[in-house]
Parts: sequence; structure tokens; C-alpha cells
Amino acid sequence: MSEETTTIEQQTEEQKPKVWKPRILGILCNWCSYAGADLAGSSRLQYPPNVRIIRVPCSGRVNPQYIFKAFQRGFEGVLVLGCHPGDCHYAKGNYYARRRLMLLKKFLPSLGIEPERFHFEWVSASEGIIFAEVIAKMTKKLEDLGPFSGVSVVQGVTQINTDAEDEHR
Amino acid sequence: MARIGVFVCWCGSNIAKMVDVKKAAEIAGGFPNVVYSADYKYMCSDPGQNIVKDAIREHKLDRVVIGSCSPRLHEPTFQRCIGGADLNPYMVEMANLREHCSWVHDDREKATDKAIDLLRMAVAKVASDEPLYTTKLPLTKRALVIGGGIAGIQAALDIANAGYPVTLVERTPSIGGHMAQYDKTFPTLDCAACILTPKMVDCASNPNIQILSYSEVEDVSGFVGNFEVKIRKRARSVNFEKCTGCGICYSKCPVRKIPNEFDEGIGDRRAIYVPFPQAVPNVPVIDRENCRWFKEEKCRACEKLCPSQAIEYDQEDEILTEKIGAIVVATGFKTWDHSAIGEYGYGKYKDVITSLQFERLTNASGPTEGKVARPSDGKTPETVVFLSCVGSRDENHGYPYCSKVCCMYNAKQALLLKDKVHDANAYVFYMDIRANGKGYEEFVKRTIEDYGATYLRGRVSRIFESDGKLIVRGADTLAGVPVEIQADMVVLATAMEPQTDAKEMARKLGVSTDQHNWFTEAHPKLAPVEALTAGVYFAGACQYPRDIPDTVAQASGAASKVAVLFSKDEITSEPMIAYIQESSCAGCHLCASVCPFTAIDMVEVTDPRTKKPKMVARVNAGICHGCGTCAAACRSQSAKLRGFEDTQILAEIEALAEITSGF
Repeated sequence: MSEETTTIEQQTEEQKPKVWKPRILGILCNWCSYAGADLAGSSRLQYPPNVRIIRVPCSGRVNPQYIFKAFQRGFEGVLVLGCHPGDCHYAKGNYYARRRLMLLKKFLPSLGIEPERFHFEWVSASEGIIFAEVIAKMTKKLEDLGPFSGVSVVQGVTQINTDAEDEHR
Repeated sequence: MARIGVFVCWCGSNIAKMVDVKKAAEIAGGFPNVVYSADYKYMCSDPGQNIVKDAIREHKLDRVVIGSCSPRLHEPTFQRCIGGADLNPYMVEMANLREHCSWVHDDREKATDKAIDLLRMAVAKVASDEPLYTTKLPLTKRALVIGGGIAGIQAALDIANAGYPVTLVERTPSIGGHMAQYDKTFPTLDCAACILTPKMVDCASNPNIQILSYSEVEDVSGFVGNFEVKIRKRARSVNFEKCTGCGICYSKCPVRKIPNEFDEGIGDRRAIYVPFPQAVPNVPVIDRENCRWFKEEKCRACEKLCPSQAIEYDQEDEILTEKIGAIVVATGFKTWDHSAIGEYGYGKYKDVITSLQFERLTNASGPTEGKVARPSDGKTPETVVFLSCVGSRDENHGYPYCSKVCCMYNAKQALLLKDKVHDANAYVFYMDIRANGKGYEEFVKRTIEDYGATYLRGRVSRIFESDGKLIVRGADTLAGVPVEIQADMVVLATAMEPQTDAKEMARKLGVSTDQHNWFTEAHPKLAPVEALTAGVYFAGACQYPRDIPDTVAQASGAASKVAVLFSKDEITSEPMIAYIQESSCAGCHLCASVCPFTAIDMVEVTDPRTKKPKMVARVNAGICHGCGTCAAACRSQSAKLRGFEDTQILAEIEALAEITSGF
């Protein structure tokens, strides 16, 4: 955990006896991932209460603008979840999402945003467990990363981009 | 100003146990534009819905937020509810306080905070909700059935009997399809012709059915209820009206020895022909590639002999344009070309045949009139080996999938062989016996136990000729020994595969195919006969290997879908679809190129400012499914999605930005 995080933690602790927790925006497609999140609910799976979910018809609907806006307004992490390849309710909206959002992820370091703060994953309607895991993992990752400092140093951009590509191939 | 009402549901104790619903409702009451808030034990119940309706009237609410379960569960309920209070049904947003909050957290304070945030987002979104209206579109009550096999025949008959006109398009000169080629059908051993040909005749005599044989679908445009289909009616060279089907032309045609496609190449036909005697329509076709008149400008024997002057050499292809409301795709399958497995010697040895060829050999109306005779010398074979899974379940040569019907027809053919040639030996090599239908397992058992067919579990590695016999070398994996059989004939159960032009047909129809080119249904379990494209349905083996009972069931299913569609006089289109703000549209086509449903057309309009014509995108409400891919792609934000506008989603994000202390 970085020094900066500790400072902020101390600050908040003074005001409120509460540990700093990241804020995550989740944008979920209606047919698979939102239903997967519903399934996590009906299966009573527990996950950290750090995510707020916006429902969209398809991951193809996700305008990169939303993600930039979320970071701009102080969210520490953004998740976009869509149907697995081949499962899209609209046949191929998720493929467009993948192309757009992978490009967006590459672009984030140029804005001083760590690419790890953005995560794109396939979650089907039957994958309540995976949904809960994704939220838990993302929360953990952002806790380690600390609060969003607005502008950070661009480091190891090439390295990160290659990793991101592999992950979603 | 918007007047929003927020209603928080306890869901018994489901939400109330983990979320302080009273506090949530109270805080939500202070959100921008919220003029009323309340909580209740069961908001979806009758009294709960009445609370909402009464509050709408009393407090003049113009939009509503319900904090309860998932919108996937109760959104329609609350849409109807507020519709009952004279609000537009789309002026409601739901905050998912149960599945996404109370059920997944165990910290009451945090869950309450999250619930409040979810309500905050819903309030921010509902503030910019616009009333939405369903639109009515016209509907042409005529169905197109593509493919005249048993699937197409059944679908056409069912739709026609429901009272709607049908155009049945078949590529070959006669309807009937593969089923017409078969001898008997498993497991009842009904003669295929006896159960199929009456249906073919029904099709021809049904006043609601127009059969276009020797025709192909050239192009499909439009959308559900309003397709425009171009059909190429190929030149038959025989006048349909004049021909009486007497058959003199093809009995006298001098061009013989053309392998008959219907007999899988083991029988002959003439240059003018009907594929089989029971053909419907019973009107011959001149095969222009082989006819002496078309090749050498000689002969004209059929014209001279035809008693009704029906021969017309100068006929040309006709393109018909039909208005169609729904399309049933029943294009069927073909069998895999197993020459890829060189070890089985197909093409090299005349007596290595396919199951479909064996079907013609045992068929009473086939080239041998039902006598089992091997193709090389016409002798009755004493030992016949049947090979399963030739190209099926074989990723190295063919396909990974199971063709589903081969186990059964292998058993049937072995049984028929033993029935016709009593002292013949029938050997069946199999991987697993998949007999999963009504009476199927019993049928296989009968073939083995009562008819004495020998089943060997294992695969064949090689077939070669030696001393006029075909040596089949394989393994019996149950006994653990290599096996060598001296056979007179070998029958290969080749895999079923999609038609060669399935991909092209899918493109014409705007439907998708899987990696093998089988058509893809809208949902494998809950929408197995529908395509993702509205108004297009699948029947039979064009979707995946199927036997006759399944095909007929699916065809009737597709037909009933068409009948349901046609039972209404108009089509109601979903209101949550895309639209284009034409004033800012630059006509870049980007939206049209990403649309998965080809729902966006380019049209020319007059720019109201410059008074000059310009190209803009326009969404076809009948085709658009409302995915919003176009809205995300548009560079000028001219493509928009009703119900999920950029402003609404951004408002949800902004609403949360007010919370600065972290979750």
C-alpha cells in the first residue's frame, strides 16, 4: 500500500472511524451479466458493498465516455461486464464492446489513469459465483492501488497493454 | 419540474432485514425533484400497487422510482401499475435493492448506504425519462417456406391449414427432400414414401400453398411482417400449365446414363426428367447441360413427341418478387464427402457406398427396384459391413459433433439387409450406440437379437480389395482383438453437414450460423425455432442434425410461431429502440456498419438549414432490437437509444459523484 493511501486513510479515520474503501462503477449488460449479478443475489453470495451497478441493454451500448466520466467524477474503478463471445443477445454487441474498450484501456495511461482501474470481463447469466469473485477481486485490487490521485506517472505502458490484450483474447 | 415519487419495498424481510428501508425512503424523499416517498411491506402486491397509484394521483407524480427486487423480475408489473394510474408505463425506474444489495451484503449500515445510492441513481435517471410509445407496423400475412423437404412440407401444411397463404420454394424439380429417398423409417419401419407422398400431394392440392419448385431465393430485404423476397424461378423448359405429366418425353429422350442426383448417382436419368416417379409437381425439367438441343442444336425429340406441346426451349429464368410476413427456413442438410478419409477407399472401390446410396438400393422405387445388389457387378452381397461415425465425432477428418441419426439408420439398414437377404451377414462397427428416442433402443436390440446383426465396438482403420473381396480391417475393442472381415459391400454412415450455401443463405436472411455453418437459433433452450432476426424461424436439419420425428415437431413449432405472428393485424414494435437525430447526423454510415441487425438505412433528406440534400441514417423500427451499439459508435452522438440515453446514464454516474467519502 502506498504512502499516500495511508495518509488518506488517516485523514478519513480522523473524521469517521472508517477504513478507506474504493468506489466502483459497474456497467452491466441486461441479458447476461446483470442476470448473473441477480443470480449472485438469489444464491445469497456475499461480495464487498463497493460497487454501484448501471444496467444497459448490451455491453455494445457502453460509450467510452461513461468510463471517462466515472473516473473524472472520482470513481476509483470501473467495470464493464458483458455476455461471453457467442452469447450476446444482440449477436455481436459484445465484440464491438471488446474492441472499443480494449482500445480505451490502452489509452488510459496517457490520461494518467492506471489501466488496472478499468476491467472488462464476460459474465454469463449462470455465473453468479464469477460475478461475486470479479467484484471481490476488483475491490481488493483497488484497495491495493489506493485512492485515485487524478494524475499519476505513466509507467510501463507497453508492458501493461500486452497483459491486458492477453487477458481478453 | 419533474415530480418524482420514490417507493421502497421491504419484500417481507428480504430487503428490510439488511436495509433500513424507512431511513432509505426518508433520505430519498430529499433527493432533487422527489416530492413523495413511502415504504411498504410488499410493493408488488395489490395494496402496494394501490399505494403507488394513489400517490400518483394525490401528489400529481409524473414519474416513479421503485426500490425493490430486480427489474428483470418486476419491471413489467410496475409499468402496468403506473399505466393504470394514467402515467406513461415507461416513466418508472427500479432500484435493485434485493438481488444487488440486501441479499449480498451482511453489514446493515453499508447495505443501507448502498440502497440509498441505488435509489439516488434511479431518481437521477427517471428525472430525464421520456414517455415512450409502442408503434404499430403493418403485416403481410403470407409466409415463405424455404426448402421442400419434410420440414418445409410440414411447416407449409400447418401454416396453410391455419388459414394463411404460403409460398414454398424448393431448389430441386420436386418437393420431398431427403425423406423421399429413404426406403423405410426407423423404428416403425413405415415405408417413407407411404407416409411422405400423401403430404406432398396435400401440399400441391392445398389452395393456400403455392409451390415454386426448381426455384431459389435470390434476395431478402425488409423486416418482420414486411419482407420483400426475390425468387429466381429457373427455366424448366416445360410449360407448367400444358404438361400433363404423361412421361413420354423422358421415356423417349435419347440422352441416357446421366447419374441421377436423386439416386445418389447409382441410378440413371435422361436429359429431360422427373427425379422420381412420385414427384410433386409431376412436371419434367430439361437439364440444359446435358440436353442435345442445348449442347449441339440437334434432336428436339421431346418437343416432337409431347402430345400437349408443352416443351418450350426458349424459356428463361423468371425473377418473382413476393411480399412476405414471415420466413421458415427448412433448407436441410447434405452428407459429408468422406473422400477425406483415404483409408476407406471411396471412389476407388465401387462397392464402398454411402448409407444414402444403400437407402436407394433397398428402395422399391430405386434403381434396383429394391433388390440389394452391389454396384460393381449387380450380385447380391453376402457380407455387408456398416461403419458408424464416418466424419462424425471425428475432429481429425470431419466434425466433432454426433450426427444423431446414424446409429438408428445403421440398425435399420442392417435389419433390412437381413430381411431381404436372409443368409447375409451384417456387421456394424460402432463407437457408442446412441438410441435415445421412443422405441429406438428396442429397435436396435431387435436388429441384434432377432435379426442377428453382429455389432462390433471399434473403428475401422482400413478398407482394401483382395481377391474380389473388400477387406475391412478394424478392432473389436470390447474383445480387445483386431478384426478383419471379408466383405462384399461396405456402407459408410457419413456425417450430416450444412448445405454448401448455408452461409450465403444466412447472409441473405440476416441470421447467424455456428462454426460449422448450422443456423443459430435465438436461444438453445427457450427459443429453439426462432432466429435472432424477428420473423425468421428454423425447421429441421438446417439447424442441427435431426431425425424425422424431431424435424416434424420443430416444423410444426415454427409454423405455430408464424400463426401466432399472423393472428394479429399489426406488429407492435418495442419502444426502447434507437433513433437518429437527423440535424446533427453527418451520414458517416458508422452506425449502419456496426448494427448487428442491419436495421439502419441511409436515406437522403433536405437539410433544413442549407436546403441542400444530405445523407442521414435512419433506424427501421421494425428491425431494431434496441442494443444501442450504434449509439455508442456515433461520433456526433446523433444515434440515440430510447430508455438508455447518454444523458440518463451520465446522470446516474453524476448522482454518485456527489458521494465523496467512498463506499
